[in-house]
Amino acid sequence: MSELLLSAHNLSVRFGGVLAVNNVSFDVRRGEVFTLIGPNGAGKTTVFNLISRIYTPTSGHIDFKGKTLTQVPPHAVAGLGIARTFQNIELFEHASVLQNLLIGRHVHNRTGFWSQLLFSRSVHEAELATRRKVEEVIEFLDLQHYRDTLVAGLPYGVRKVVELARALSTEPELLLLDEPSSGLNVEETSDMAFWIQDIQHDLGITVLMVEHDMSLVSKVSDRVLAMNQGEVLALGTPAQVQADAAVIEAYLGGADDAASLRRAA
Amino acid sequence: MRFIFKTDYDQDIRLFQHGGHVFWYGLLLAFLITAPWLIDEYWLAQMTFVMIYGVVGLGLMLLAGFTGLFSMGHAAFLGVGAYTEAVLTAKGWPFPLSLAMAAGLSAAVGAVVGLPALRVKGIYLGIATLSFGFIVEEGLARWDSVTGGNAGMHVKAINLWGLDTSSNEGFYGVCLVITVLCTLAVMNLLRSPTGRAFVAIRDSEISAQSMGIHLARYKTLSFMISAALAGVGGALYAHKLQFISPDQFNILQSVDLLLLVVIGGLGSIHGAFLGAIFLITMPQLISLGKDFLPAFIGQAPGLQGLVYGLVLIAFVMFEPMGLYGRWLKIRTWFQLFPFYRKGMFKRQKSFQKSDRLK
Repeated sequence: MSELLLSAHNLSVRFGGVLAVNNVSFDVRRGEVFTLIGPNGAGKTTVFNLISRIYTPTSGHIDFKGKTLTQVPPHAVAGLGIARTFQNIELFEHASVLQNLLIGRHVHNRTGFWSQLLFSRSVHEAELATRRKVEEVIEFLDLQHYRDTLVAGLPYGVRKVVELARALSTEPELLLLDEPSSGLNVEETSDMAFWIQDIQHDLGITVLMVEHDMSLVSKVSDRVLAMNQGEVLALGTPAQVQADAAVIEAYLGGADDAASLRRAA
Repeated sequence: MRFIFKTDYDQDIRLFQHGGHVFWYGLLLAFLITAPWLIDEYWLAQMTFVMIYGVVGLGLMLLAGFTGLFSMGHAAFLGVGAYTEAVLTAKGWPFPLSLAMAAGLSAAVGAVVGLPALRVKGIYLGIATLSFGFIVEEGLARWDSVTGGNAGMHVKAINLWGLDTSSNEGFYGVCLVITVLCTLAVMNLLRSPTGRAFVAIRDSEISAQSMGIHLARYKTLSFMISAALAGVGGALYAHKLQFISPDQFNILQSVDLLLLVVIGGLGSIHGAFLGAIFLITMPQLISLGKDFLPAFIGQAPGLQGLVYGLVLIAFVMFEPMGLYGRWLKIRTWFQLFPFYRKGMFKRQKSFQKSDRLK
């Protein structure tokens, strides 16, 4: 449990005049579920985009398995074993669920262009192996029913699961989930909680997620990092963070604010 | 209605999904092989043109329909292929070698044109490729010493080690073999990781990248394959017409090719060939129809352009999936009779309409 998988050192990102992330440091240990929480605009998704190399930090760096992630090109992040989902689902709309998951296996492709053109025996074997791996994920997340459906025709809740499945197809060591429960109903959210626990325990994948639903957060997280306005507020177990004075102030406002409201009224 | 009972992953991988496919495509191939004995010379020539445009269409389909990159200057690749073939044939190169060179040179040019595609998208890419088309057309016209300039150049018959393919039937055979090979290659590509990477780039670049797809490499690759196929088509085109000049590879040709893939149906292999059939037969239909129209319309210049424009508008409005989409609907109507519903092929479920307009 104690081995460090990912560590962020003094991350800062500046977009023009906005300091979206300010001097954030944290460590994610192998095998844990680590959650980022915070009000809207706290910089949680920006931290995600830093890890998946969509943004480059203005200062600071990220280490993943002892490698400096901030020097790796964006497309190579998946190859290192980091997969992610997106806050506003980014699936391949005009492809079937199965094809989406097969694309998830792209990092494991070892066949060359010319042999693909001829669809040689080795490509054929590789395709079958890819399919078997994808079927494991389909079974794990109960997607059999939707296998051949086009994503464009799926309801929101299922798309969310498909995106999780696509991320799992890459066989990651670290899974980044950006608001896995947003837009899901109560039942789907509790399913999601079970899956995240299964992913952690059965597949041994480390999960780093951004989440607003505190019941889900406290159910699955080992540790929670609370952020506000690009800065770290608190770090600890879900209970510790929820009891933290600074976190409560960020969400609900301080006693002074309430008092000033009362005077105004 | 056919229900396919799947017991093996191979069933999703093989080219022909079920017996029906084997039967119908077998029948089509048998017809194409025996066509020189069955139909007269005029229609055989038209079929040759369909195959040539089909190969070019396959390339553009791969680029526009599967990778989501639109090229408004595709005739330039056709031109590069045609001139390469013409020049090399004149030097006495054997056909397979000169064809490979035509494809290779086009692909190399395609790689260069693909460079802006790494940075610009949508309409800006259209403008970049459009200007590239003009540059190539101008280049072909000015490079007198090699291309013969605006006077054009004659193309010698195919040099296939003594095999006589100068006749209509012989050339038809050559085109058929090349078309089948190109189609198989593209189909193979589309069912392997490379083809899936193209589709991923088309649908969402950002998640394609986070799935480990090297965007620059695959976009360039798509441009190269597309250009190579256009080059092959261009080489055949040169032999078919036996005379080429720069104005055959102008913007109108590029627009025709774009029309081909849109009307055929973006995102389907069938679409490339259906579009080619449309493009070749439409002028015939128009000239047939001319006799029934009043003279001031029938004899007016630009009638063909008008009809093409109207057809394109109609397709974009009523059948965005093109001829192939229409065929799918008709087939499903018969398969499900009488249970076909109107909304079955809606890309977007009506309950998601408020979600995002796309």
